[in-house]
This record gives sequence, C-alpha cells and structure tokens, in this order.
Amino acid sequence: MTGNSLFQVALFLALLLLLAVPLGGYMARVYTGTAHGAQRLGGWLERGCYRLCGVRADEEMSWRRYAAAVLVFNLLGALVVYALQRLQGVLPGNPAQLGAVTPEVSFNTAISFASNTNWQAYGGETTMAHLTQMLGLGVQNFVSAATGMAVLVALVRGLTRSGARALGSFWVDLTRSAVYVLLPLSLLLALALVSQGVVQTFAASAVAHSVEGGGGGGVEQVLALGPAASQVAIKQLGTNGGGFFNANAAHPFENPTPLTNLLQLLAILLIPAALCVTFGALVKDRRQGFAVLAAMMVVFIPLTLVTVGAEQAGTPALAALGVDQAPSDLSAGGNMEGKEVRFGIANSALWATSTTAASNGSVNAMHDSFTPLGGMVPLWLMQLGEIIFGGVGSGLYGMLVYAILAVFIAGLMVGRTPEYLGKKIEAFELKMASLVVLLPAACVLCGTALACVLPAGNSPLGNPGTHGFSEILYAFSSGANNNGSAFGGLTVSGPFYATAIGLVMLIGRYWLIIAVLAMAGALASKRHVPASAGTLPTHGPLFVGLLVAVVVLVGALTFVPALALGPVAEHLTANAPSEVLP
Amino acid sequence: MTQRSSTNQAPAPGAEPAGAEPDGAARGLWLPAARMLLVMTALTGVVYPLLVTGAAQVAFPDEASGSLIHRDGQVVGSRLIGQAFASPGLFWSRPSATGPAPYNAAASTGSNLGPSNPALVEAFGARAAALGAGAAGAPRVPVDLVTASGSGLDPHISPAAALWQVPRVAKVRALDEARLRALVAAHVEGRTFGVLGEPRVNVLLLNLALESLP
Repeated sequence: MTGNSLFQVALFLALLLLLAVPLGGYMARVYTGTAHGAQRLGGWLERGCYRLCGVRADEEMSWRRYAAAVLVFNLLGALVVYALQRLQGVLPGNPAQLGAVTPEVSFNTAISFASNTNWQAYGGETTMAHLTQMLGLGVQNFVSAATGMAVLVALVRGLTRSGARALGSFWVDLTRSAVYVLLPLSLLLALALVSQGVVQTFAASAVAHSVEGGGGGGVEQVLALGPAASQVAIKQLGTNGGGFFNANAAHPFENPTPLTNLLQLLAILLIPAALCVTFGALVKDRRQGFAVLAAMMVVFIPLTLVTVGAEQAGTPALAALGVDQAPSDLSAGGNMEGKEVRFGIANSALWATSTTAASNGSVNAMHDSFTPLGGMVPLWLMQLGEIIFGGVGSGLYGMLVYAILAVFIAGLMVGRTPEYLGKKIEAFELKMASLVVLLPAACVLCGTALACVLPAGNSPLGNPGTHGFSEILYAFSSGANNNGSAFGGLTVSGPFYATAIGLVMLIGRYWLIIAVLAMAGALASKRHVPASAGTLPTHGPLFVGLLVAVVVLVGALTFVPALALGPVAEHLTANAPSEVLP
Repeated sequence: MTQRSSTNQAPAPGAEPAGAEPDGAARGLWLPAARMLLVMTALTGVVYPLLVTGAAQVAFPDEASGSLIHRDGQVVGSRLIGQAFASPGLFWSRPSATGPAPYNAAASTGSNLGPSNPALVEAFGARAAALGAGAAGAPRVPVDLVTASGSGLDPHISPAAALWQVPRVAKVRALDEARLRALVAAHVEGRTFGVLGEPRVNVLLLNLALESLP
C-alpha cells in the first residue's frame, strides 16, 4: 500500500463527512417541512405534484396503508419498465434500432430497477433503447431511491411518535425526496460530469476513422454515445448503480477522469451517510446519528484497506512471468487485470468497497478479476445486508434494525426489557427484525445451493473451480441484498439466472420493506418510556462497539462456510507452495 | 407534521387502528400511484434529461458529444477512448477484451477472468511473449501492458509502459531515444491536483504527436 493510496482514501472519507453533515441537516428540514429556503424555490413543484396526483400534503397513513402505497407504486413502475423493454422496437427514441428485450431479461430488469438493485442482465449500449433508458430505467433510478428514503423516514417517525397510529404520507415523503434532494443534486452532478467528458447527447454513436485501422475492426471505430451523464448522476446519488454502458463506471464515457471518479465515489456514499445525520436530527439527539455513522465507518475503513492491500499485492501468475507489479512513480503496479490505468489500484479498490458497502453496484473495475481476497471483501460487504452505509434509506433502516437487535442482546445480558430511543423493544419488533436479517441471508444461501446443483446454474459460469462458485455466490448476494454489482463472467441473461435473481431481488427488497414498516407501526403506537439508570445509552462508544460486534458476528456466522468454499479456498490454492499442490 | 390523537389505550403492537381501512389497505391507492408515476416520469424521465442535455450542449458541446479529435476535417478518434495499434513503429495500447475486435467502442467489456483462471494465465503468457518479455537483459514488462482493462477501451498506459516501448519505436523509426523519451514525458498526465488517480499517458494522443514529428 503506497502513501498516496492511503492519502486518497483518507481524503475521500474526510470530504464525505464534510459534505454529509450539512446535507443531513438539510434533509431533516425537508422531511419535517421546515426547509424554508428550498420550499420557496421548489414549493410550486412540490405542490404541483400533489395537485396532479390528487393527494393531500397533510395526509396520514397507517403502516399498512403506507406499505400498500409503496407496493402499488413500485408494482406499476416495474410494469412500465417491463412494457418499455418489450415494446422498444416499435417505439420512438431508439436511434440504434435495437429490438425487443427477451421476456426473462425484461422481467429481471423491471424488478432490478424498481427494487433499487440495478442488477444488469444485459449490456446497456447493445440492448436498451434511449427511450427505455430515460423513461424506464432513469425514472426508476429516482423513484426507487426516493422509495427507500421514504420508508426510512416512516421508520424514524415510528421511533419519534408516541401512541400514534400513523407514519405520515408515502406520497409526500416520495415527492420531497425527489424534488428537494435527488433532482437538484443530480442536476449539479450531471453538469459537473459533462464538463469532464461524460457524454450527454441524443446521437446514438459517432464514427471515427482511426489512426491505424485499429478499434472495432476495419478502419472505422464506432463510438457508442447517448444521454449518459444525466443517468450516471442519479445512478450514483440514488445508490442504483446501473450503467449506461456495459462496462459501467470503467467506461471512459461514464467516468473519464480521476476527478469524475472522486465525485461519483462521493455521490455513492453521500446520501446514505447524510441520512445518519438526518436521523440524529429527527430524533432530536444528533449523537444517535453519529453513533450509527461511526459504526459504519468502523467496519468500512479496515475492509477498504484490506482490499487495497490485496489488489496492490498483485497475482502470483504474473509474478511467475517476471512481469513488474511493483508500484512506483511511473506505474500503479498491482493486479491491473480489469482495471483502468487512470484509476490504478487505490481508486479501484476504494470504489469496490464503497459500491458494495452502499447498495450501489456500479463498478469502475471488474470485480471478477480481483484477487481472491480483494474480491471477498465486496462480497462480504453485500452479505452483511447492505447496512454499512447501504442503499439510500434502505441502508439506514437496515442498520437501525441491527441497532434494535444490539439493544436486545444487551438487554438479555442484564435481564432487562430492551429499549431503543425510549421505545420498549418487544416480541413483535424482534420478529420483524429477525425477518429483515434472515430473509436475504436465506435467499443468498438457498439460491446459491440451488444454482450449484442445477445444470442451468453451472453452464453459464465464466470461470472454473472455486472462482466459479464465487461467481454464483456473488450473484445471489448481490441480488438478495439489492446491490447490483456482479462477478461479470457469469452469463446471467439466460432464463434460470434472470428468473432466480429476479425473485431474490423481489424478496430482498419488498419483504424487508413490509417488515420494517410493520415494525415502524408497532413502535409508533407505543409511548416513550423515560430513560432510567438501567437503560443502555445508544450514543456512546460502548454501543458503537456492540453494534459493530452484532453486525460482524451475524455476517460471519452466516457466511463464513460459503466464503471458505469460494474466495478463501481460491486464495489458499493460488498461493500454496508448489510442493503442497502438484 | 400532524399527529393523530392517541386513544386512551395503546393498541397492541402491529395492530391496526379500528376502522381505518375497512376492506383492503390498497383501496383507493391505484389512481394516485398511477398519477404519481406519470408525474415522476415526466419530471425525472423527460424534463431532467432534456434539461441536462440542453445545458450540456450549450456549456460543454465538445465534451458532451464524445470529446472527438478532428484531423484534416476527419474524426480520428476520441480523446477518452483507446484504440488498438499493431505497428511496431507506434506505441501500443493495453490488451482489450472487447469483441469481435479489441477496442470495440460499441460494446465495452472486461475479460472477467479470475486471477486463477488457466485461460487468463495462458493469455498473460502469450501477451508477455508477444512483447518479447523474458529476453536476457530486457527490462521487466510493466503490468498494464499484459492486462486487459475493465472497459476494454482504456485510452491510457502507465508512463512506465510508454517508456518501456521507447527503444522499439525509436529503432523502427530511426529516431533518437532521448527525443522519444522527451515526447513521452511531455504527454504524461500527472495525478489531478497532485493527488487523485494515477499518472498516465494517452496512447492515441501520443501516437498522433509521434506521427507529426518533423
């Protein structure tokens, strides 16, 4: 690990915290309707949305009603994405004249974008018409993110309201997330990205007569273009991650310079980190938000450094060939297969951990070609349940569920009814919390097991042996936790993977949302109990440590056996002395 | 934010307030949901991308359209997209995993081969051999010259990889090596603000400059 690598990681984290604090405070004002400056600018838009949709700004919904609104809205969205893909061949806005997408890939993509996963069973520039990208995928990038934020706000209301039946209005929370947070930030980021060379045009392609007849065969190089910047901006801010081009953020037209790389990295973690601050502001105890944020950092930083170290160490195969993998002022060195020279090792590894800590899933380097240990970290970060930052909204509501588990375990130790933020945690909350923790894990492990024994699960593998097993494990971990990144060697456009991953994405997103909202409803109906000498404070280092321990233990106990069969076995095999393995 | 008045007795956890939704929680939600989706589609799927495209084409027309390089009235490539070069008298780009030919900018992809995959190990060997690595006294090949990038379109090589190619290019072109090294040095892009990213050389721009050397 070089000094510059460490400095780039440190600089990124410092900038992230610096931006997250003011944004978090602003979002708290947005959700309480007290962001007066923003309302003066955008209030007409917010009120216009309510009027056009026929909803009232002061509507209140029970948790069932709130959940139903989420599900109905998401179902309609998924149907539109499905229809757009199937009909794109006869619709306008298709300059590359791409045909209809297959039914299974259309199903997969519809679930994928509605559920904020953005798992891509297709190559963007060769499959999706511009109209599909804009009206289908681009819109879901916004509304799936806004859905996650809305559900979080509903959960926080459950914690703050006392003896209440209602959690607010989904329509209002959704509209405010889009109008006051996602749209303005996306506009700013998109223009900043274009200034650096991210393309934004309605032309399908440009043709270059290349210098030496190279490039795509013959003397011409066809450069795929499109309205990429507008989609890239929201795909990062909304922790969606679905690339405009197949190579995602490794593609120079999506991520051309180290500066766009930094801006996009910040965009990936910005809202999830800021929402911790928002949470603190909404519960009127900022320390609660910082405690959760600190727990995320405690898990994130060491795992990032492990990845940087593993990738910088390079691969034994290249070392055996006498290839120079040492870092110097003239070369980043390390394992450069699947990585871009402008990003080198540090930015590729930092991106891999950021994108999997958040449920973003965009990639600026190919995770399938990472070293076994470098690839295991992103895999495990997803398996933790996308709660280390996590998706916008969904990451924090997942982490708050773990906080509730942590106070419960602490309560067991001292034999006292656990409380979180003045609410007694009882059997119903714990049942819901268990669902949130166990459902994605069950989807990952059962899905992987099924794929391993079915021919349809084995034939699309891109790599043999233990690495092939890792590809399957990665695919289900990514789908069930709504991440969307992949070990891309696995061909996932066939019926088995398109359907199976589609189903685990569905369960991983919506069953969790229902459980979280049910918990929010139960919490809202309870009255606050005053803190006593026996109450565990949930804002100090003790609680942060406890929370981290619960997250790491649950993640380790659930997935260590599977990881041992995949990346761990691969690492040991690749680095074994030759006398051990013939 | 209004709160409903609470009843005297807190309801059981998870229980529904009596009479809130007589039949079906989704009743009356379909129409607002459809209208909300329509409004959001107009706002985020039409207005937003059009706004960004309009602003981008006015403020940054060159960058928004692919940062194309024009020579003698012809587009010869993009500053951001790599090209394959095979002639020994030019600097070579990194290997590319795109199909059917390398550096196909209409279908970006990496190899997605794992580090232990025999196919990748074999490819490494073939690439290193093609570069003449392992010859007695030859300097070690920089890693980026034998590895394919994630996009298959990487426009850059490391400064080490450019300098490594100087003796070959100088020999073919009968040029002074020092002069070529100076050309490479002039094309090294350092870290942004001295911190971000990695130092690199744009192969297409370097070759264009090489071709126009007097």
